[in-house]
Amino acid sequence: MTSATTIQPDYNYKVVRQFTLTTIFWGIIGMSIGVLIAAQLIWPVLNFDTPWLTYSRLRPLHTNAVIFAFGTSALMGTSFYVVQRTCQTRLFGGNLASVVFWGWQLVILSAVISLPLGYTSSKEYAELEWPIDLLITAVWVVYAVVFFGTLATRKTSHIYVANWFYGAFILTIAVLHIVNSMAIPVSMGSMKSYSIYSGAIDAMVQWWYGHNAVGFLLTAGFLGMMYYFVPKQANRPIYSYRLSIVHFWALIAVYIWVGPHHLMYTALPDWVQSLGMLMSLILFAPSWGGMINGIMTLSGAWHKLRTDPILRFLVVSLSFYGMSTFEGPMMAIKTVNAISHYTDWTIGHVHSGALGWVAMITIGATYHLVPKLFNQKAMYSIPMINLHFWLATIGTILYIVAMWISGVMQGLMWRAVNDDGTLTYTFVESLEKSYPFYTIRFVGGLIFLTGMLVMAYNTYRTVTAKDGSIQPQELD
Amino acid sequence: MEFATFRGLYTLFLIIIFVALIAWAYSKEHKKTFDNIANSIFDEDQDSIKYAGEQSRHTGAKK
Repeated sequence: MTSATTIQPDYNYKVVRQFTLTTIFWGIIGMSIGVLIAAQLIWPVLNFDTPWLTYSRLRPLHTNAVIFAFGTSALMGTSFYVVQRTCQTRLFGGNLASVVFWGWQLVILSAVISLPLGYTSSKEYAELEWPIDLLITAVWVVYAVVFFGTLATRKTSHIYVANWFYGAFILTIAVLHIVNSMAIPVSMGSMKSYSIYSGAIDAMVQWWYGHNAVGFLLTAGFLGMMYYFVPKQANRPIYSYRLSIVHFWALIAVYIWVGPHHLMYTALPDWVQSLGMLMSLILFAPSWGGMINGIMTLSGAWHKLRTDPILRFLVVSLSFYGMSTFEGPMMAIKTVNAISHYTDWTIGHVHSGALGWVAMITIGATYHLVPKLFNQKAMYSIPMINLHFWLATIGTILYIVAMWISGVMQGLMWRAVNDDGTLTYTFVESLEKSYPFYTIRFVGGLIFLTGMLVMAYNTYRTVTAKDGSIQPQELD
Repeated sequence: MEFATFRGLYTLFLIIIFVALIAWAYSKEHKKTFDNIANSIFDEDQDSIKYAGEQSRHTGAKK
């Protein structure tokens, strides 16, 4: 890292730089673990008979690393950047921003150590045990103080819409994390704890948390990113500020209800399942409100896509967002869910959101940010961004198409019955048929990861270049 | 009040505020304010102009 000077001296860019670089770093780590466990599903020998490398321990490490290390670092970094620039004031609380950065890295390191050792609460996306949960709560409170403190001390009369989404993400994740992580430790000296909820209530609390982690971290947070970086990169104001207001309130009012669609045909009361399904269907409207608002920002400036691969990342991420938020409500319909649930279709759906939407918008925002944070006019190589764009797109498509085919096939095989009522296929038969698709998924993931390595190299060259020495380039 | 009546009225209340929100957001008198807010993210580019290259040429952003 070369630069000590900032573009606007009164903004705190140090913490944004730190988060931006760790976003790339943790992205590579998290996705590498994903590629490893995808390979383990084809070649089980890759766990090397080591408990720490078993699929069951590495899978939560992969999800925690990509959601909370890669995704949340990106959200913390960009929210600190956006809130300062749109409020035209320095981050509130002085060194508290550094506390957020180092505290969050400590949370991630605790996960990297404790999950392979087998410490888990066994709650999906909330596997970390109680001492780490307490640390998360403390860091999150400081994060909220810095963010909302900056909003409170703003120099502008209004609060720009991106901050509304970031703010909803910060508040809601705090509530979700605290309620779902309520647990009683076996003893104060033990890492092991038990949830205070039991049975169907535990399942409902877990998926109220689980789907709102999707709704408020992976959606609202990244929509905040979208509402700043898409207009900035396109150099045009957002298509409709009015639509952003309506779709913000509709989105946050509806998302909180859709958790039950994870528990179709379980012990959850039937009316709660139907409620979850209905709310999931309604959610389609505000979701597409955001997508349309982002994509239409380019109306009249589509030609920019020809020369600007950063804008391509941002616009394609919105297309994947639109696609997954159509697919999600459809999968929440009970009869569709009867086929899709517990199959690879779910994994495909998650990754069309995670790779296509979350990762791609983060990558686009990062390419926008790095030159600005490190005193350059542009990234070191625009063709390399273009290469990354194609690697990311092809990787994502291979991944999700393989999982769609595999998932629908599994769903149909599992429910096929003979005339006498016995099952037509054994589980192992469906597994054998899934192998080719597991291989395609592995290849897709590997291609996506390769793109991230290209990004790391491009960033390294940008960061280490002499200040202001890189000239803006355009694609031919 | 019966619980069912309360829920019905509460739903009606939510519908009314949602419709009011749309009416407020799309009313003519606020159009200019919202347009200004949407454009406000380009305001801070003046002091970073030496790094921003040709960013002052706002294609779509009318100030």
